[in-house]
Amino acid sequence: MARLTEENVRLAQEIISRYPRPRSATIPLLHLAQEQDGYVTEDAMAHIGELVGASSAEVYGTASFYEMFKFHPVGKYVINICGTMSCALMGAEELMHHAEQKLGVKMGGTTADGLITVERAECQAACTEAPCLQTNYRYSFRVTPESFDALVDDLRAGRLNDEIPAHGVVARVRQHIPADKGAGVHAPEDVKAAPAWFDGKAAL
Amino acid sequence: MSTTETNAEETPEVPVDPNAVSITINGRTVAARKGELIISAADREGEFIPRFCYHPRMSPVGMCRQCMVEVEGPRGPMMVVSCMTPVADGQVVRTETEQVKRAQEGMIELLLANHPLDCPVCDKGGECPLQDQAFSHGPGESRFVEEKRHYEKPIAISDLVFLDRERCILCDRCTRFAREVAGDPLISFTQRGNNTQVMTFPDEPFASYFSGNTVQICPVGALTAEPYRFKARPWDLEQRESTCTTCSVGCRTVVQSSRDELVRYQGVDSDPVNWGWLCDRGRFNFQSVNSENRLETPMMKSNGTLATTSWSAALDAVARAMRNASGSVAVLGGARGTNEDAFMWARLADAVGSTMRDAQLDDGLPASVLGYPQATIDLTCNSKTVILLAPDVKEELPVLYVRLRDAATKHGLKVIEVASHDTGFTKYAWRSVKCEPGTQADAVRALLGDAAVAAQLASGDVTIVAGRANLAESAAFTMAAVDAVLSAVPAAKVLPALRRGNVRGALSVGLAPVDGKDAAAILEAAATGKVECLVLLGADPLSDVADADLARRALAGARFVVSVDTFMSASSAHADVVLPAAAYGEKEGTTTNLEGRVTNVVQKITPRGTSRADWMIAAELLHMLGHDAGVANIAEVQKLMSKSVPSFGSVATSVDVKKN
Amino acid sequence: MSAGGTNSFAPGFYAGDRPKVVTSRFELEDSHTLQRYVATGGYEGLRKALARPATEVHDEVKSATILGRGGAGFPAGNKWGLTPADVWPRYLVVNGDESEPGTYKDRLLMERDPHQLIEGCLIACYAAGLSQCFLYIRGEMALAQERVATALNDAYAAGYVGKNILGSKFSVDIVLHWGAGAYVVGEETALIESLEGNRGMPRLKPPYFPAAIGLYGQPTIVNNVETLSNLPWLMVNGSAAYTAIGTATSPGTRMVAVSGHVKRPGVYEIINGVTTFRDLLFGDEFCRGMREGRTLKAFVPGGGSAPWFLPDQLDLPFEASQVGPAGSMLGSGAIMVMDDTTDIPKAALTLTRFYAHESCGKCTPCREGGTWLERILSRIVDGKGTDADLDQLFEVGESICPGSFPHASSERLGISAVPFPYRMNTICFVGPSAYAPVNSALVLFREEFEARVTKRTHIPVTAVGAAQ
Ligand SMILES: Cc1cc2nc3c(=O)[nH]c(=O)nc-3n(C[C@H](O)[C@H](O)[C@H](O)COP(=O)(O)O)c2cc1C
Ligand code: SF4
Ligand code: FES
Repeated sequence: MARLTEENVRLAQEIISRYPRPRSATIPLLHLAQEQDGYVTEDAMAHIGELVGASSAEVYGTASFYEMFKFHPVGKYVINICGTMSCALMGAEELMHHAEQKLGVKMGGTTADGLITVERAECQAACTEAPCLQTNYRYSFRVTPESFDALVDDLRAGRLNDEIPAHGVVARVRQHIPADKGAGVHAPEDVKAAPAWFDGKAAL
Repeated sequence: MSTTETNAEETPEVPVDPNAVSITINGRTVAARKGELIISAADREGEFIPRFCYHPRMSPVGMCRQCMVEVEGPRGPMMVVSCMTPVADGQVVRTETEQVKRAQEGMIELLLANHPLDCPVCDKGGECPLQDQAFSHGPGESRFVEEKRHYEKPIAISDLVFLDRERCILCDRCTRFAREVAGDPLISFTQRGNNTQVMTFPDEPFASYFSGNTVQICPVGALTAEPYRFKARPWDLEQRESTCTTCSVGCRTVVQSSRDELVRYQGVDSDPVNWGWLCDRGRFNFQSVNSENRLETPMMKSNGTLATTSWSAALDAVARAMRNASGSVAVLGGARGTNEDAFMWARLADAVGSTMRDAQLDDGLPASVLGYPQATIDLTCNSKTVILLAPDVKEELPVLYVRLRDAATKHGLKVIEVASHDTGFTKYAWRSVKCEPGTQADAVRALLGDAAVAAQLASGDVTIVAGRANLAESAAFTMAAVDAVLSAVPAAKVLPALRRGNVRGALSVGLAPVDGKDAAAILEAAATGKVECLVLLGADPLSDVADADLARRALAGARFVVSVDTFMSASSAHADVVLPAAAYGEKEGTTTNLEGRVTNVVQKITPRGTSRADWMIAAELLHMLGHDAGVANIAEVQKLMSKSVPSFGSVATSVDVKKN
Repeated sequence: MSAGGTNSFAPGFYAGDRPKVVTSRFELEDSHTLQRYVATGGYEGLRKALARPATEVHDEVKSATILGRGGAGFPAGNKWGLTPADVWPRYLVVNGDESEPGTYKDRLLMERDPHQLIEGCLIACYAAGLSQCFLYIRGEMALAQERVATALNDAYAAGYVGKNILGSKFSVDIVLHWGAGAYVVGEETALIESLEGNRGMPRLKPPYFPAAIGLYGQPTIVNNVETLSNLPWLMVNGSAAYTAIGTATSPGTRMVAVSGHVKRPGVYEIINGVTTFRDLLFGDEFCRGMREGRTLKAFVPGGGSAPWFLPDQLDLPFEASQVGPAGSMLGSGAIMVMDDTTDIPKAALTLTRFYAHESCGKCTPCREGGTWLERILSRIVDGKGTDADLDQLFEVGESICPGSFPHASSERLGISAVPFPYRMNTICFVGPSAYAPVNSALVLFREEFEARVTKRTHIPVTAVGAAQ
């Protein structure tokens, strides 16, 4: 049960500083926490509450609304198999059945070695490439039983370590706004007038 | 009185009202005001629109969809949620069409789909909006044959409140209250969709001073209060409207009893005072009335120890002591009782020529604070600026905190707090100045020097909430600070934040110090053997007075000590005679709140044991001392009181009341 | 990679030789880099815009009538005009939450051409006086987040975003924000709640029309990724060139994704208002017809929320004014195709399950009704349904959407269309969306349900009776 590390608190402060209201950073900070521990711990939620000025209950209320946040340890790799219409039409049910066989766990379960958690997921915006799945939010398209087995074998053999970071890490690139480049962030109540450049004249 | 008229009070009425509109509800043309919601206009007109999530004292969310009505639109009738749709001039509203009926029945069926049908064993059964509306607006049958939602039930979300998630219909009333009214967002919706549930954070209970309100406003039996669970069924409850005297805010309540026992208080929506809310201390105070440890019979000291005795023996002893006191009689306390109690004891004090009396125990402010231009709670909340020179309002005057917080968070009231440490209000204060004990006046002068503050104070009405923040320091420091504000802002008004239940009433009907001889002085006199007979009227100097040593010496020094109380207190242990007093709910009368508003308190149960109302005891003693008490019942006391106390009765004795 | 073929950079995308407004770079391997973007005319639209007064830019967008691509189809230029005068600040929130079943386009736009989107955001902010932009990307889209983050970092470094853009007086920040998995957050007011750090539960409209009361209670423009991606091209080529493509009421192009039982499911940029469903499903440059030896049974024309169409409706063009009366909507440009092998009740279930699962839980009809529909439907699919259940599906639907529900006409059944839209008892469209597939399936293919259920007379349990 870990609060955010010093390094992550620094990142958190940077993220918070981009918003007119600290609370807007709640979801990004929850991702940061999940990146740190693989799932969102209670201490982290309490810590985030302190950082954004919300009660722990409010942070938990927000966090538990969203699918991606886990509140207990999950596999290093979370495989989400899409089961919505386009994929269903192209055999998602069968793929899920096969996955359960291959991994020896039911949907929502984690393999004994703690490496893989497999879940039924909803539409992943890859409907033309059905059936599809995501491994820690990295896609596999037009998945067949064979390609699924190959994926699992690659994961087990660690052949995908470079492509697919451990669960919790989503984007590996962070936005960074250099202090001298930013236009500046203001709380709405501190802004009384139109932006200076919005003066009816051409900007260039 | 309706919510919108409340708003109207905030913006005083002008002769020709620009906000007046007229709408048609079910064919009847009625007057309404701009911005008012259809549902509240309908409520005022007696057209009941079923609802679950709407509560007139909280912002509407339009979630339950039970309040849908038909409104005539450009493209024919439209269904709208009446709790989120404001009235508009000429609007045509129908609340009883086929389509409305169909929608209402549909919603009820959907709400019942996952709702357990355990009404017979549910605390809410018999007073449950869902149950009632299922009868009045429901389909009469459920076609839901699937398995219902299942949760562990019920779970304790605090020491006082239990939550049964299976019964919850997710109306957001409790969570909204916690967030919006109490400012303690310790419960929240969690999960999503059909799995949505109200929960606390793990290991962080719903520890709010106001948690009981969520139980009262829950439209089903999902939230229940530990002290009431399974105590009684609504149909064998008797109730009368009264006033809470736990602190001096004076919230309106209904006192409910069953089989001659107090079982529950419910908040009543008194527009100028508590808006329907109660703090938990007040709401659950009936537990002390019901306590095992209540005094039931008089006691008298015989060879060093207190032993039970008869009323006549006890009163004889007291009367004798008073007669022999030749004027040296002191009366401390009186704030616990009614105005009538205090008034009769003041008469007794007069009769025996006592010049030593004080309803406060050196724990408030000089009674002179009542001489300053006074503010009401409404006036305070509607001012532009409030200066808090008081104890932590959240701790001491909880519902005043709720009113101030509402004004500060929703209506732009700016609060300047001067305190020695962070209080429950600090995070809502516009400015919070920390100062060393005894330096409030300097802090205030420094503040007045600040340009921004000066501008703020100049921008409109200023009210000072004045009370004793720190018992260890002299009240003079607070008064000096109040005077400092008044000299800079002469038009400022004062709301005395004197904590004890009826302290203002007791002071104003005759238990105020005579020529400045206050509790401290009286105890000093007693300590030096200058008090023959010391009466503790619900007062416990040993626990109440900051200077405990002085209290001890006073009790030892006084020749004869009488304690009139509901419980054996630290001090009454040292008394020569202890008289059992009737408690709250056991006697009729009136009480005066911190703004001077006089309201009634009612008798709901018979007094415990042989205990009697304080005023009766005083009357009895007057009689025994050969004076004509001139009163045989409470009505006569009140007549006499309003005759002999000019200030009394000048304040409103009735509060408008509405239930939610 | 040859025009017309798919390619590994943009899986499922087929260029074809049609006019391209937003997908012109999709086949370039490094289309997502600043260098390639600039080399191919990137940020020229912004330069052109900044050289003109904001009002002129706004008018240019108005006269192009770019229909919103998020589903509602409201013209972008007009939406920007709805902000109350003299209320500041105003914000731009970019809706990149693409999650509507069948929809696949915004993700490609963010992965393949992030700078085009960024440029679009800047033009919108400039035209409407918006002082900060929040680019909300769906949580599960890791690559899109990485591409946009990189693009933003590069654009900031090069002075395209942030302070004194292109050396002008125009300054605005674009903040990358990302979600965490909740379809309903795509709804604009829920998007705003989510961006404020709350549970993504929609607000009631009225009063919360974002343009008036949006992010932090301030005027807020919410636009879809594709909508904004049109702006750079528009600024370079002008509204006349834009309206020259497509029809008067549906100008320009739009991206559509065709999934399901066609030979070549894929993402295509088509001519708005002109291309018909028949072209799309059977045309050679598009999906090339049904799978071998199969015939078309039905298709969903505008995302999972849309009532279904039959072969009868194939000749309708991508034109709201024709699709609406025919009983459905174009929505988010997602076409899901079912051939004669399709198990209709099961297909409907995959959609109803989606919406029931994605309900935010705020309003009763959706929270309770959606799940109820799903429960009944899955019982029927498992062969445990009764004929009473079929009427019950309509009954529950009635509690979500009172009155007649839109559906297509059918020669086979001899029924005529009920036009879009429907009435609803819910706050947003998730509730009705859970009912749409049920209603379409039941109305258009009732026999498949009847074959599944056992006849039983239904004995009601009296709820309030039990409550006594
Ligand atoms: C349930 C629901 C989900 C939605 N999901 C999306 C979405 O994923 N992406 C999107 O751009 N718009 C979505 N919309 C539409 C948005 O509410 C909004 O209309 C749109 O983003 C406006 O942008 P546009 O005018 O450019 O189309 C959704 C609407 C609803 C009711
Ligand atoms: S319709 Fe569903 S998703 Fe939309 S607000 Fe209501 S409960 Fe939430
Ligand atoms: S009372 Fe209006 S929606 Fe609940």
